[in-house]
This record gives sequence, C-alpha cells and structure tokens, in this order.
Amino acid sequence: MELIRLSPFDLFIAALLVIGLSLISWRLQLGVEKRLLWASLRTVLQLTLLGLVLKTLFAQDNPYLIGLLALFMLTVAGYEVMARQQKRFTGVWGMGIGTLSMFISSFSITLLALHLVIGVEPWYTPQYLIPLLGMMLGNTMSGMAIALDNLTQNAAQQRGVIEARLILGESWETAIGEIRRNALRSGLIPIINAMAAAGVVSLPGMMTGQILGGSPPLEAAKYQIMIMLLITAGTGLGAIVAVWIGSYRLFDERQRLRLDRLKN
Amino acid sequence: MGGLELHQFKSPGLSAIDLTLSPGECVSLTGPSGCGKTRLLRAIADLDPNEGTATLDEIPRSEIPPTDWRSQVGYLPTESHWWASRVGHHFPDGEEKAFTTLGFSMECLEWEVTRLSSGERQRLALVRLLAHSPRILLLDEPTANLDQENISRVESLISQFIEEQGAAVLWVSHDPAQRKRVAQRHMKIENGKLETEAWN
Repeated sequence: MELIRLSPFDLFIAALLVIGLSLISWRLQLGVEKRLLWASLRTVLQLTLLGLVLKTLFAQDNPYLIGLLALFMLTVAGYEVMARQQKRFTGVWGMGIGTLSMFISSFSITLLALHLVIGVEPWYTPQYLIPLLGMMLGNTMSGMAIALDNLTQNAAQQRGVIEARLILGESWETAIGEIRRNALRSGLIPIINAMAAAGVVSLPGMMTGQILGGSPPLEAAKYQIMIMLLITAGTGLGAIVAVWIGSYRLFDERQRLRLDRLKN
Repeated sequence: MGGLELHQFKSPGLSAIDLTLSPGECVSLTGPSGCGKTRLLRAIADLDPNEGTATLDEIPRSEIPPTDWRSQVGYLPTESHWWASRVGHHFPDGEEKAFTTLGFSMECLEWEVTRLSSGERQRLALVRLLAHSPRILLLDEPTANLDQENISRVESLISQFIEEQGAAVLWVSHDPAQRKRVAQRHMKIENGKLETEAWN
C-alpha cells in the first residue's frame, strides 16, 4: 500500500471542523472557544516544528544534535512530573526527582530496546531513537507523577501514623513502608489497565498511525506490543526509583519526618 | 549519674534549656497551651530538628542511632495513632501486667482499632509505649479525657514502671493535684523559658 500524502487542504478541512466547534461553543456560551482555538493552533505549530526539526535531524544524523533533543525532551518531561504534584519537594529536588528517575528508566529502556530488541545500526539512528524515547517519556511520565503525588500526599496526611511508628523505635523505612507500597501500586495501575484494554476497547495511537501510514497490521501490532511492554517496564522502574528517592528525601539523617521539605 | 541530660538544648519556640532527669525521678511540667511543651517533648524524642546536646546515660545522642534513641526515650503524644486494623498488631508479645493494671483483659488484642473509645485508645497507647521498656518517659497529658478511676490506674501503672525499671519521667499536666501526686520536681514554661517551680 502506498503512503497517501496529506495536502494542506486536507488539514484545512479538519481545521474547519474545530473552527465549527468553537462557533458552537460561542453560541452555547461555553466560554472555551478561545482556549480551544489557541490549543489547536499550538498543536499545529508544535507538531509542524517537530516535523521540521526531525527532518533536519534525520538528514544530518549528528549524534550531538540528537542527544541535545533527547535532553530537551527529558527536561520538559521532568518539569511536567513536577507540575502535576500538589505537594512538591523544595529546591532542586522538585524537578530533580522526576527528571532523574525518568532518565534512569526511559533512557536505559529505550537504549536496551534499540540495541537488543530492534538492533538498529548505529543505535542513535534518530528515526528510531526519537519516537521511541518520546513514547517512553510521555507514558512513563504520568505513572511517575501519580506515584510521587500519592507518596507525598499520603505522607503529609498520615504524619501522625508515621511518627507513631518512629516513636516506637521503628526505622523510617518500616514507618513509611505501607505508604510507599501504595504509591507504587497507584503509579502502576493506569498502565496495567491500558494493557488490559489495548486492542479491545482502544486502538493504540501508534498502531493506528502505522496502519494509516501503510504498514501491514501485524507488523504494526508487533511494534505496539513491544512499545506497551517497554512502557510498562519503564513505568515500573521509574516509579520505583522516584518513590525510593522521594521517600528517602522525606526523612533526614536522624530519621525525622521532614514535611517542611514539601511545599503546598 | 545517668538518665537524660540536656545542655543548652534548643527546641522551636523555647530558649536554650538545661535539664536533667535522673533514673527513678518524675518531673512535672506545665505552662499555658501553645507555650512549647509539646514541641519540647518532640525535640527531646528527636522528631523535630533541634540544637544543643542531649545525653542518655552519659552517651551523647549523636552516638546513638535514632531508632535506639526513640525506643529508649519514649514519647507519648496527646493523640494516639494506629496503623493496623487489629489492636494486637501494635504490640510485641508478652507482658500482660500493663493491660490488667489499666483494666483491660487480653481479649482486647483482638479488638478492632476503629471501635476503641478515645479513652481506650489513650490508655492502650501508653501500654504500647511501655511494652518497649523505655528508659525515659515523655508523657504529654497522659490522663486528659480520662475518668477518675482510669486516671488512678494510669498513675499507678506509671509509678510501678518507674519503681521497677528505674525509668525517668517528664510528665506534662495541667492539674496541680496530679502534679503533686506523681512528681518530685516541678517545672513550668513561661515566656519561652523553662523555670523551676518551688512548691514547698
């Protein structure tokens, strides 16, 4: 099957639908028409820009430029994890925990996939590296944000319980153990649900894209399976690292619970 | 000497204090609410950051791991917290006496925590603390909200504990009669300072 190229006119038709929707929003006084148009404009601009950047990158094959883009993606993802926290850690830890744990999980698993599973040469071939990394970061990000948020909120809420256990001479790890396990569980549940529903309830976006782009459905399915499994492993690893560093940071060298290290 | 010694010890909201609690001694502490009694107790138990030196049986706190420090310097907060659903999960094995002294049968270990009354929680929290045999007791109003019978039970349990284990006690109470009954020395916090009260 040939790849059918989309013309600007094709996109214009899709855009007209959104413009129509914002007219309805205006008529019904929903008040979201401005945000709707602005967000659509951002989608158009950001994705076009990404397309251009990738086009240049693919043409050049320069490992430094690819590394720079990967770092940029990581930083934005780290910021997103922080922005979703109701109680963030103060100082560099706020962004540091998310960024570091995502670096450890997403980067290592993407590299593993490129090297061992797909076996591209060289491993930094941007056609594979950038989309894979993007998908890993985008999906593990939410699991990590949920796990960290759950950890800090419960630690603050259950301060009395944690301290009651410290008072009786238990170590900080025992005192926060149950809260830590709950945080990890909550971070893993969305991806478990997504795997359980994949292909039955929803057609995953990447597979849809590949099929529309002309790939045979079975090949698209195989890529999708690999991505799902990698994302799950990445989310698990990332959440473990994030919750581990986060809970470590909640206590000081005398094993005191330091909620003053969180800001509201 | 032994027991707990504090030198130039600074907890939040209080000026630096010196205080010694000798084995077998009970010291009462009072002061208006919000004056820093609880914060002082929390700092001694090393739950909040603090400055100055604290020693237990002449060993500086910095040389004692925090878990050991807290199980030897037992702090009883005004409000008790429970993490498991069954009462028994919160207690190490053995030791029946403390339960019976406070009017509980051993069946209480099977009870659900959520069904305890506030007075039962308060008394069981004391039993839970004593089960770890601390050398020092920091009691924050251990008999608030208890009826007269249970106040006497708690007082006699603690005096037995002092006698048998040679523990030292810092007892926060607002009741002058109780302070007179249980303690040999009396202190109060006023204007951010810890002062000795002369009673006789």
